[in-house]
Amino acid sequence: MERIDKVQNLIPEKPEFVHSNQEKGEAIESLKIVNRPVVKKDAAALVTGKSVYTNDLAPSDCLIVKVIRSPYAHALIKDINTARAEAVPGIECVLTYKDCPDKRFTMAGQTYPEPSPYDRLILDQRVRFVGDAAAIVAGTSEEAVKKAMKLVKIQYEVLEPVLDFRTAKDNPILVHPEDNWRSLCPVGADNKRNLCAHDVCGDGDVEAVLAKCDHVIDRVYHTKANQQAMMETFRTYTYLDAYGRLNVVSSTQVPFHARRILAHALDIPKSKVRVIKPRIGGGFGAKQTVVSEVYPALVTWKTGKPAKIIYTREESLIASSPRHEMELHVRLGADKEGNIKAIDLYTLSNTGAFGEHGPTTVGLSGHKSIPLYGKTEAFRFTYDVVYTNVMSAGAYRGYGATQGQFAVESAVNELAEVLGMDPTVLREKNMVRQGDKMPAYYGEVTNSCTLDRCLARAKEMINWDEKYPYRDMGNGKVRSVGVAMSMQGSGISAVDTGAVEIKVNDDGFYSLIIGATDMGTGCDTILAQMAAECLECKPEEVVVFGVDTDISPYDCGSYASSTTYVTGQAVVKTCESLRKKICERGAEYLGCKPEDVDFDGEYVTELATGKQISRSQIGNNVMCFSNAPLSASEAFSSPVSPPPFMVGMAEVEIDKETGVLELIDYVAVVDCGTVINPNLARVQVEGGIAQGIGMALYEDVVYNEKGKNFSNSLMQYKIPTRLDVGTIRVEFESSYERQDRSERSLSEKS
Amino acid sequence: MEVQFTLNGKKVSTEIAADTVLLNLLRDLGCKSVKCGCETTNCGLCTVWIDGKSRLSCSVLAASIDGHEVTTLEGVEKEAAEFGSFLAQEGAEQCGFCSPPGFIMNVLAMFRELKNPSIEEIKEYLAGNLCRCTGYMGQLRAIQKYMEVRNTAVNITVKKMGGGEE
Repeated sequence: MERIDKVQNLIPEKPEFVHSNQEKGEAIESLKIVNRPVVKKDAAALVTGKSVYTNDLAPSDCLIVKVIRSPYAHALIKDINTARAEAVPGIECVLTYKDCPDKRFTMAGQTYPEPSPYDRLILDQRVRFVGDAAAIVAGTSEEAVKKAMKLVKIQYEVLEPVLDFRTAKDNPILVHPEDNWRSLCPVGADNKRNLCAHDVCGDGDVEAVLAKCDHVIDRVYHTKANQQAMMETFRTYTYLDAYGRLNVVSSTQVPFHARRILAHALDIPKSKVRVIKPRIGGGFGAKQTVVSEVYPALVTWKTGKPAKIIYTREESLIASSPRHEMELHVRLGADKEGNIKAIDLYTLSNTGAFGEHGPTTVGLSGHKSIPLYGKTEAFRFTYDVVYTNVMSAGAYRGYGATQGQFAVESAVNELAEVLGMDPTVLREKNMVRQGDKMPAYYGEVTNSCTLDRCLARAKEMINWDEKYPYRDMGNGKVRSVGVAMSMQGSGISAVDTGAVEIKVNDDGFYSLIIGATDMGTGCDTILAQMAAECLECKPEEVVVFGVDTDISPYDCGSYASSTTYVTGQAVVKTCESLRKKICERGAEYLGCKPEDVDFDGEYVTELATGKQISRSQIGNNVMCFSNAPLSASEAFSSPVSPPPFMVGMAEVEIDKETGVLELIDYVAVVDCGTVINPNLARVQVEGGIAQGIGMALYEDVVYNEKGKNFSNSLMQYKIPTRLDVGTIRVEFESSYERQDRSERSLSEKS
Repeated sequence: MEVQFTLNGKKVSTEIAADTVLLNLLRDLGCKSVKCGCETTNCGLCTVWIDGKSRLSCSVLAASIDGHEVTTLEGVEKEAAEFGSFLAQEGAEQCGFCSPPGFIMNVLAMFRELKNPSIEEIKEYLAGNLCRCTGYMGQLRAIQKYMEVRNTAVNITVKKMGGGEE
């Protein structure tokens, strides 16, 4: 055990902001590497500015690719004249809809068959929002391409757009009238009604229960589109390799989905496409849509030459994949004592010109807000997702849950006001608790939930009882506190799949090969920590490789808060299987039976004789004398998606005369099960909250009456600076799904 | 046109177009740490030092640096790694796209200008360095711990040298 002690000395102690469930605490205390703030594996390269991102790696001879974008919200291209543009020195090609396969696809990075409808072409004769792609220009220099873009003459037949999402359903103007539009899954989509998805579900008789309630809160909330605004905009470079295959290096969260989508879009075999993910400068869901990949891919496929596209910030703000704008109608019924009896929610979601993530995000607006209240007798959740002529929405941290929780939590606060009840007391009375069945969460039971303790701790941290309901500061300003609860899932149950492979190399070091995408979240490190824990070695003895679709085992990608839970479990399974194989191989080298040996991470020991062979020696033996390679690979897919929970409380100061609001303090207490890496977990929560603050206070994508996007630079689209987020304090109250391993997801609760 | 300047301590002479922006020139010269985040001087990612002062290289014409000294992260790598290790201890480098180029350059500039900045001064000084991940809290913890360690180191040195009043 001396070796383990040494390892422990290298690993920092668990910090104070992580609290363990006392009954199960011992199991956690025995963890050596997991639950410790290990420094990220790529930290040294990142903080010294090494060339690790897509544009740092792109070859200097790449053609520069740019997209000519529609000035109209809705139009048909009548004619494109490219002759003068093609004559500009340095121009390699100008591509139009005539150069693209007429096979519709979706850019949404989802498991096949995608719920998002197949409604796009790489370039289409119909343009559907201001900024939609009308033509592609590629040339040897930025100057030549910019010059050529001005010389492409496009004749448009301008059409009336659908800009108000409240009038989109059954509007005579259709965003997708085309006959080859397809919906692969039964999501209630109908392009002839501008419907991207529709559903009704429920439990019990909502109307009857509401009719009996003493109080019914009936409110409509409107949440706006928000931009992920990751610091690294969308970017991709492509080239053909020696085998004539299309190689795509891209800032993506979904390399395997990107491979499939590109093959569909270009109408070529999947075997012709390879996708590689370098370091990613942030994604937050934006890069779960294949926003930029198709353009250089088409250019390289047509010309055989390397090509790259780097989105400008403006393009990243006008033709990307922001949060779905939603309007949510909540009806919340309660008795006099404040027992919430029924929730009826109608969500209208604006998917914009294309249906990326439209049918799925909307589901979370109900399925991850209504279940927060565990005592309801009935619920109903209805939704419509509509097409309009603004940019397509996409996946953004929270993925619809954010919008739904904003509405339901606001309604609960309004109920507290009507009842004259402290909103924390109202929540204590009604919140979901461990063991409750959640009818609105696919009938799953909360096997682990410390939401009650999260609320209690958050109240202590912010000193709620002293500050509620408000304090007059005597200078024309009042300070008050507010509360909201939140939940997410941990991957998409029975769909999300993660697989990993672990190999034993010479001197016994391990290669952990993953398909999950570290986009700054630290999953390379977290998964290595889990492997090191299971294999009883130091985290630095686990080398991580990811992601290359030619090499990595399949992983659906990093989204839906799935990586730590789903891919993490794949790591655990793989380690178990590898340990068995190491024992077998060790026994073979020692000349005994596998059942007679033990592996302690460092040595395989024959128990009867004490004879040993080291992992290092096993690794070296594997490399010579025709020995079979020593590796294991396992996949994991979860039948359930255990929700993590959070309670957030904010203290704000409002100027009574001007209405100016300042955020003073924000506390969050999170239950995400076992915290694998407390530092990385904490910054994930702090980051999610900071983005939520921006969304709540001022972030908004604004269009004019013709559908032009005004929020087209960071000058107009303001994201919070460090002066705007007050003080954010985060703690963890960990519950446990099973005694051994119960990490759940984290980053999406804001 | 030709422009001559000092880049990270070395004399550079290069041909540029009149409208070349410093950010692009620096990347072309191999200083890939310098990043473009917004094109409108809002994000701070492209921060470099010109004659020792923080400047946004996206809004500087390369022609105007003739005869000046430009420093990028590549020129202060050791110092960046030292402070960067504090950032990494907090997990606050996150995606790393904003932290090395702009943020760290401005933090190092801040320490040259302000001896012991208060929390408010730190936030104010670095307000132009956006981080969407957003590691604002973790970055602040890293800066505070860095200052703590540095001040302790300074005190020890002063004591060893027999200085300071007991």
